[in-house]
Amino acid sequence: MTSTSSPINDVLESLLGRFGPLTTSTFRGQTRVVVQPDALFEVLSFLKDSGFDLLVDVTSVDYLEYRGAPHRYGMVYLLASTETGQRLTLRVFLDDPNPCVPSVVSLWEGANWLEREVWDLFGIRFEGHPDLRRLVMPEEFTAHPLRKDYPMQGRGERHNFPIITRDHS
Amino acid sequence: MSIAHPELDASKTVRSEDYLWKLNFGPQHPATHTTLRIVLTLDGERVVDAMPEMGYLHSGFEKIGEHLTFNQYVTVTDRMNYISPMANNVAWHGAVEKLLGITLTPRCSTIRTIVAELARISDHLLSNGAVGLDVGAFTFFLYAFYQREVIYDIFETLCGARFTNSYTRVGGVSHDFTPLVVQKIRDFVKNFPRTLDDMERLLTRNRIFVDRTKGVGVLSRAEAIARSATGPVARASGVTRDVRKDDPYLSYADFDFNICCASAGDCYARYLVRMAEIRESLRIVSQAIENIPEGPANVGIDQRTALPSKQQVYSTIEGTISHFELSMAHRGFEVPCEESYAATEAPNGELGFYIVGDGREAAYRARCRPPSLLHFALFPSLIKGHTLSDVVAVLGSLNIIAAELDR
Repeated sequence: MTSTSSPINDVLESLLGRFGPLTTSTFRGQTRVVVQPDALFEVLSFLKDSGFDLLVDVTSVDYLEYRGAPHRYGMVYLLASTETGQRLTLRVFLDDPNPCVPSVVSLWEGANWLEREVWDLFGIRFEGHPDLRRLVMPEEFTAHPLRKDYPMQGRGERHNFPIITRDHS
Repeated sequence: MSIAHPELDASKTVRSEDYLWKLNFGPQHPATHTTLRIVLTLDGERVVDAMPEMGYLHSGFEKIGEHLTFNQYVTVTDRMNYISPMANNVAWHGAVEKLLGITLTPRCSTIRTIVAELARISDHLLSNGAVGLDVGAFTFFLYAFYQREVIYDIFETLCGARFTNSYTRVGGVSHDFTPLVVQKIRDFVKNFPRTLDDMERLLTRNRIFVDRTKGVGVLSRAEAIARSATGPVARASGVTRDVRKDDPYLSYADFDFNICCASAGDCYARYLVRMAEIRESLRIVSQAIENIPEGPANVGIDQRTALPSKQQVYSTIEGTISHFELSMAHRGFEVPCEESYAATEAPNGELGFYIVGDGREAAYRARCRPPSLLHFALFPSLIKGHTLSDVVAVLGSLNIIAAELDR
């Protein structure tokens, strides 16, 4: 971690130098970088070595009903530096039918449950994840409820759960 | 000393897994404090493996966030970490205001700082109290709960609700500080340190407590960073990270306080860090309560986010229009088609909201970054090799709140 204290612009510059033109934007002081899904793992591993050593959050957005959105899903990786406190947001856009990104559990152990949650609620697969099970929804569940085409009231799954009677328990 | 029957002494032919047995810890167990489940694999009394299971309290809070307006959703954030709802309120509306680009009035940011710190004190009191309770220090727990009651009383005087405060609003707060509230907080700041001293005398050097917590559930600094631990859990492992200092929000930059860290990373260090943070929070509150800026608590009518005062509504045309616009559906805020993440240092760790705006006055996506989730994921690695009775100590020191865990 030699370049830990380097300002965010230096990291961005070296990132652009290594991975070619990436779309960057700033909103309310928050720097966002958009990367291609196939470059995601290398970019994250590069950023981890450049000082952004804390994976704050991994989450996703379903842009199905978002006006003018060119892609269906957006993955969001929030990074921070424990040394400088700087933050960086990485975004990846994915599409149906097979939304899939490489898992970053090998870089950050903490990504394990975060990725499981995204898989559970959005149905985005993480290639190379050691244990990609549902996290909050029950195992029998088939839908991914945070997708925009899933109604808020549910699809009646609650009434169709297997009922365990006293004899079977 | 061999009392084994010679016929049974053929342990080498028996597979070691045969000795292991499974124990379901939770979902209904007094020491989980909330509804979560851990499947423990035990070798006698020693924990070989632990598999945390969650989702029992999953209520789709993030889905609800896409259907409730920014002001309505604050009631849901109350129910995330219900140990310190005020901190969640402040975090949620801080994130909304960042998305909308609203600057709070100085009075409002000081008020929010005070209530957030009071929430931190009450959260740490419960968290440490529960650790005490679980390892057998019942008196300590009662001391902690009595003081939580005092804080509840302050909140009740402030906004009418003890637990689910729903105190903040976009661009302001639901109730301004009254002289009575200020007096009650002053009394608390004056009287509480004595109780805190008593509490420390009760537990900090208590032999039984120290033996039960020291060296138990050790989290190294590298592990803490790699597993995204934040808040007291990370600081007890030597990660000097605190959003209040690194990225000061509200009025934290105006106050003098320290970040409390430890290097041991065990349950005892987490207890000590929380105790020290209570004192630092008290320092912040005592500085802030004497320096609340004058002026309005809510942003002005021209910002069109916070409801105008009744006097403005009844005596000015701008006030009437603003009240009408804000109360009608689809006429309220101007929300940018953007997304932003705002983090706060909640008592439990970094609590952030990633909000996507699409022009409506409800979030298109309201992601909550729950500290409990990442801390619960630490649990298996912390408990391995310890005994069954240490499960409650580790669980308590991580302060897992299932409602925040599952959302």
